[in-house]
Amino acid sequence: MSWLVVAPVVLPLATAAALFLLGWRLEAQRRLSTAAAASGLVVAGFLLARVSAEGIQVAQLGGWAAPFGISFVADHLAAIMVVISGLMATAVAVYALRDIDEGRERLGYHPVFHLLLAGINGAFLTGDLFNLYVWFEVLLIASFVLLTLGSGREQLVGGVKYVAVNLVSSLVFLAAVGLVYGLTGTLNMADLALRLPQAPGGLVVTISMLFLVAFGIKAAVFPLFFWLPASYHTPPVAISAIFAGMLTKVGLYALIRAFTLLFVGDVATTHTVLLWVAGFTMVTGVLGAAAQNEFRKILSFHIISQIGYMVLGLALYTPLALAGAVFYLVHHIVVKANLFLVAGIVRYVGGSFELDRVGGLYRYRPLLAVLFLVPAFSLAGFPPLSGFWAKLVVIQAGLEAGSFAVVAVALAVGLLTIYSMTKIWQGAFWSAAPAGADLRGPVPRLLYAPVIGLAVVTLVIGFWSGPFIALAEAAAAELLDPSRYIEAVLGTGVAR
Amino acid sequence: MEVPLAIVVGVVVAGGLYLVLQRNLLRFVFGLILLSGGVNLLIFTAGRVTRGAPPLIPGGLTVPAGAVANALPQALILTAIVIGFGLTAFAMVLLLRAYERLGTVATDELGDRLGEPRPADSGDEEAPA
Repeated sequence: MSWLVVAPVVLPLATAAALFLLGWRLEAQRRLSTAAAASGLVVAGFLLARVSAEGIQVAQLGGWAAPFGISFVADHLAAIMVVISGLMATAVAVYALRDIDEGRERLGYHPVFHLLLAGINGAFLTGDLFNLYVWFEVLLIASFVLLTLGSGREQLVGGVKYVAVNLVSSLVFLAAVGLVYGLTGTLNMADLALRLPQAPGGLVVTISMLFLVAFGIKAAVFPLFFWLPASYHTPPVAISAIFAGMLTKVGLYALIRAFTLLFVGDVATTHTVLLWVAGFTMVTGVLGAAAQNEFRKILSFHIISQIGYMVLGLALYTPLALAGAVFYLVHHIVVKANLFLVAGIVRYVGGSFELDRVGGLYRYRPLLAVLFLVPAFSLAGFPPLSGFWAKLVVIQAGLEAGSFAVVAVALAVGLLTIYSMTKIWQGAFWSAAPAGADLRGPVPRLLYAPVIGLAVVTLVIGFWSGPFIALAEAAAAELLDPSRYIEAVLGTGVAR
Repeated sequence: MEVPLAIVVGVVVAGGLYLVLQRNLLRFVFGLILLSGGVNLLIFTAGRVTRGAPPLIPGGLTVPAGAVANALPQALILTAIVIGFGLTAFAMVLLLRAYERLGTVATDELGDRLGEPRPADSGDEEAPA
């Protein structure tokens, strides 16, 4: 078995255990946490290189042959997601050195952060449906703790909503897993992909809708997104950044996996539902953002609207559309997490997330203004930044598929995104500084470092988009040809 | 056996749903407990119920001699019970903290209490944001 496939999960788990053992030695915890996050990125890079060179990598845990044991599978999509999660973990771990207060560190911020990473990577890599449920719970319980750590009153109100909705979603997921097992007698995803076509079509579609609800809540699609804007603006910035970057994308990854590998027997039904979901998600998200006046709330609603673009790529279900969805995922995680980190610096300098209460940052903090503009323009889809290529590919796929209505929606939503970004620019950067505000105080360099790093990544993806699009196309080709996944897990000759 | 069990699952889930829709958060948590019990029973039923045939392999054979009870759903349920226990415990503590800090367990009052002064009996100091 290949250790490289399980390393992205084992490393953060071992780190979390070590961090717990370090107890209150906070300086040691900080160093270990940052170093482990960075080495996670390196390991993930090796995994992606291996997958690119040799094809899908599989590890059968405990030496139990599939479909009896638990398989870990790294195809292009999973490996790309693990790399991005490593990048986010590194950026946020560095940012957290100055953003997370000592009180929260003493309550166990660092170990729980790495438990969260283990859950995220486990969900990306597992090839077993029940195991996916387990990893979801690992990341969920870690996210519960991170969200409510410190028990600020706002955090508790947001936390109650987040916990309640996500627990219901877990139960829906578990029920769906039970029904799939009752229908097919297996939980290995590759094995399921072979057996589901022989099951009664109506039942399979019904169960697939249960999965759509369960993963849809995690991914915050319309009409299941209400927990997200109610909670993401409450914890410290580093925590909301990793949530905004990774957590909804785990749900989205599960959606992509389920609706490319498992539930492809009745694409006309299931993917039409997804198409409607995508359209409404884009519109409600961006309109919700237009009504907000708080930095992180605006960004939270934009997560929802951007999720719509990715679901759109999945719903169109063509090679180009899926490549667009994967590229969009990568671009969006980097950009969105970066915007949250910028919001943190704005608040550090200006003292508030409320756009009415800050201002003058363009005049006094030009570097910060530029660092906001890079991800903001990218989010809105200005060429040649990464968001432009992401939107271009998805919209081109929509035109090719003849879904003109939803393409029109996507374009209109793009315009409204510019409106929101302009509002933040106007409120925090362009307007006059509030009377008596001192905007010239020193800002820790460690807050700027990850923001600059992620902005550079955004620029690189934008200006050298070729290799990234090629990678996304390779992922899409694998997703549309499940026999490669099945043969990698179960051995050659089983897939028809 | 599957049909009566399926009916039981339906009744338990219906009861859980009723409680989950209540305004009182404590009832919500009780609803979750009931729902997870229902879902666990669902997995058990989905694995087919075989009575009086433990999954034991007689000496000298490598597979069971006849139809035996399915042991896998029980392993799944055991995992789900442990996870459910942890999550419920967390939800209870969160509820307690929210009650201490905000003085209510009604879902529609939680947000309103943010603007009000803190209840006098709240616990330790607010963590700096």
